[in-house]
Amino acid sequence: MHITQGQFSFLPPLTDAEIRAQVDYAISKGWAVSVEWTDDPHPRNVYWNMWELPMFEIKDGAAVIYELQACRKAHPDVYIKVNAFDNTRGVESMVMSYIVNRPANEPGFALIRQEAEGRVIRYTTRAYSQDTPSGK
Amino acid sequence: MSTQTDGRITDIKERYKGGVLKYKQMGYWRPDYEPKDTDFICVFRITPQEGVDPEEAAAAVAGESSTATWTVVWTDLLTAHEDYQAKAYRVDAVPGTGAGTDKEEQYFAYIAYDLILFEEGSIANVTASLIGNVFSFKPLKAARLEDIRIPVAYVKTFKGPPTGIIVERERLDKYGRPLLGATMKPKLGLSGKNYGRVVYEGLTGGLDFTKDDENINSQPFMHWRDRFLFCMEAVNRAQANSGEIKGHYLNITAATMEDMYERAEFAKELGSNIIMVDLIIGWTAIQSISNWARKNDMILHMHRAGHGTYTRQKNHGVSFRVMAKWLRLAGVDHLHAGTAVGKLEGDPMTVQGYYNVCRDSVTKQDFSRGIFFDQDWVDLKKVMPVASGGIHAGQMHQLLHLFGDDVVLQFGGGTIGHPAGIQAGATANRVGIECMVKARNEGRDIINEGPDILRSAAKWCKPLEQALETWKDVSFNYTSTDTPDFVTTPTTSN
Repeated sequence: MHITQGQFSFLPPLTDAEIRAQVDYAISKGWAVSVEWTDDPHPRNVYWNMWELPMFEIKDGAAVIYELQACRKAHPDVYIKVNAFDNTRGVESMVMSYIVNRPANEPGFALIRQEAEGRVIRYTTRAYSQDTPSGK
Repeated sequence: MSTQTDGRITDIKERYKGGVLKYKQMGYWRPDYEPKDTDFICVFRITPQEGVDPEEAAAAVAGESSTATWTVVWTDLLTAHEDYQAKAYRVDAVPGTGAGTDKEEQYFAYIAYDLILFEEGSIANVTASLIGNVFSFKPLKAARLEDIRIPVAYVKTFKGPPTGIIVERERLDKYGRPLLGATMKPKLGLSGKNYGRVVYEGLTGGLDFTKDDENINSQPFMHWRDRFLFCMEAVNRAQANSGEIKGHYLNITAATMEDMYERAEFAKELGSNIIMVDLIIGWTAIQSISNWARKNDMILHMHRAGHGTYTRQKNHGVSFRVMAKWLRLAGVDHLHAGTAVGKLEGDPMTVQGYYNVCRDSVTKQDFSRGIFFDQDWVDLKKVMPVASGGIHAGQMHQLLHLFGDDVVLQFGGGTIGHPAGIQAGATANRVGIECMVKARNEGRDIINEGPDILRSAAKWCKPLEQALETWKDVSFNYTSTDTPDFVTTPTTSN
C-alpha cells in the first residue's frame, strides 16, 4: 500500500535535489519550512511529530536538508514530510506539504463497518500500523 | 421653473405638482454626487431606446431601482426622499458601440445607493432592489448589471462562506496544489449501486472529490437515500485504500427547504464532509443552507445551474462577477466559476476576474478583467472556485497557469471517458497536476514547456500517455460572448 497524502505522492520519490528545489521555492515566497514525522499516517492524524521548530525567515535551503537528514537518521523507518507555512493575513496556514520519506513497509488501513439503524453504516478507518504500539 | 444645471427641479411646488416628470427632473441624475464609502455603487451597461438620452436612461435606472414610480407622488414629501433616491452620477459611452460601429450605442451608467435602502444580511433584499424592476423597463432596450461595489459596512453584516478555502484545506489535509474532482456520468439513469461504483473508481484512482450533477435529485432510477448510502461506502473505501481524505458532493437540492434539511441531516449522519446545492434554489434557500452548513461543519458546494440565463448575454442580465460577489456574501464554499479553456463560455481574463472575486482579500479595480471597483472583503472567508466542463489532462499547464493552486479542477468526461477506465482517468489527472505543480515550483515556464512536462511524465505513467493521446486534438476555440469592453484611452464622460 502506498499512501497518497501530500502534493507529490503520485510521482516517483523525490531526490534530495528535488526536495531542495521545492524548499527553495518556499523560501522565495517567504514561507516558513518545517519537517514532521509520524508512524501513524491515519488521514485524520493532523498532528505529526515536529522535528525541531518550523524554520522562519531562512535564507538557505541547505538548512532544511540538514534537518531532514538528521530526522531521517533518528527515525529511518517512518513517514516524514516537508511543509511550508504562509503567515500572510488571511492565509496563516500550510501552503505546501509533501512526503519525503516512507517506511519500507506501508501496512495501510482497515475499513471497519458498524451496521446501524436502517441501512446506515458507521465507518472507521484504522491504521494497521497501530497494531504495533508507537516506539516498540 | 427653477431647474438646476443637472436638470433637477428643486422648487417643491413644481417638483410635486401631479403628473409625469423626467427622471432627471425628479433628481435621479446627479453628476456632482460624490459616492460615500457607505454607498452601494452599481455600474449598469444600458442600451437606451431611440430618442432617450443616456443621462435620462441612467436616471431612469436609478429611479426604478430605488424610490421612483412612473408618476410623481406627493408622499415622497413624508420622507427624507433625497436620501432614498439612488443617484446616477456618471455615464460613459461603451467603447466599440454607437456611431461608426456595428453595435447599438451602449453606456456604462454609475449609480450610487444609500446604505439605508438595504436590509442587513439579505441578498434577497439587495437583488429585489438592484435587479427587481429595471430589467424590463421600457425606456431601455437592454440593461446589464456589470459590477457592484459593496460597502464594507454591508459586507460585515454577512457571515460569508461556512468553511472557506483555508479551513477546507486544513480539514482535508491537502495543500499546495489544485484539488481534483469529477462529475459522475452519465448524469441520469444510473442506479445507486452503479453510481457508487463510479465514485469509488474515481476516488481510488486519485481524485480528491467526486460530484453529483446539478439535476441528480431523487428520480425514479435512484432515490436520494440510496445515492447517499452507496456514495459514502465508496468514499470511505477509497479513503482507506489511499490513506487520504476523500469526499463526494451530495446534491441535496430538493423541492422544499424541509426536504433539503432532511437530506443534509442524512449526509451528516453518514459522515459526509461536503454537500451541494444548485443556484436555482434561490437566494433565501442558499443563505439558509449556508447557516446549516456552518452549524454542522459541512463544506457547501454551489453548482451555478441556471446562471447562463442571467449572465451570458453581454447587453442584458447580470454579470457573473456580480453573482460571485453575492454568493461570497451569501456564504458558499465552492463555486463553479468557469474554465476559460473548456466547453463552456468564458474569456480567460474575464474568468480570472471571477476567480479574484472569490479568492481575494481585497479585489483591486482591474478593467482588463472586468473589475470596475476596489472591493475590500474585510477578512470574509474565501470561496474555492471550481473549473468544470470539457477540460482534460492535456490542458493541465494552462489550467494551473490561469488559476493557480486554489481551485478544484473537475474532469468529468476527462476522467470517466478514459479508454483504460475510470481509475486510469483519475490517475492521469492526478499525475498531470502533480508533475505540473512540481515543475512550476522548480521555476520552469509551464505555459511553454507544459506539453513537454506532461509528455515526460507520460513516459512512466501509462494512463497519462493514454489520456494525452485520446484528447490531443480537443479544444473549444469559440469566440466568447462575454468579454470586458475596455480601452486604456479615456472614454467620454457625459
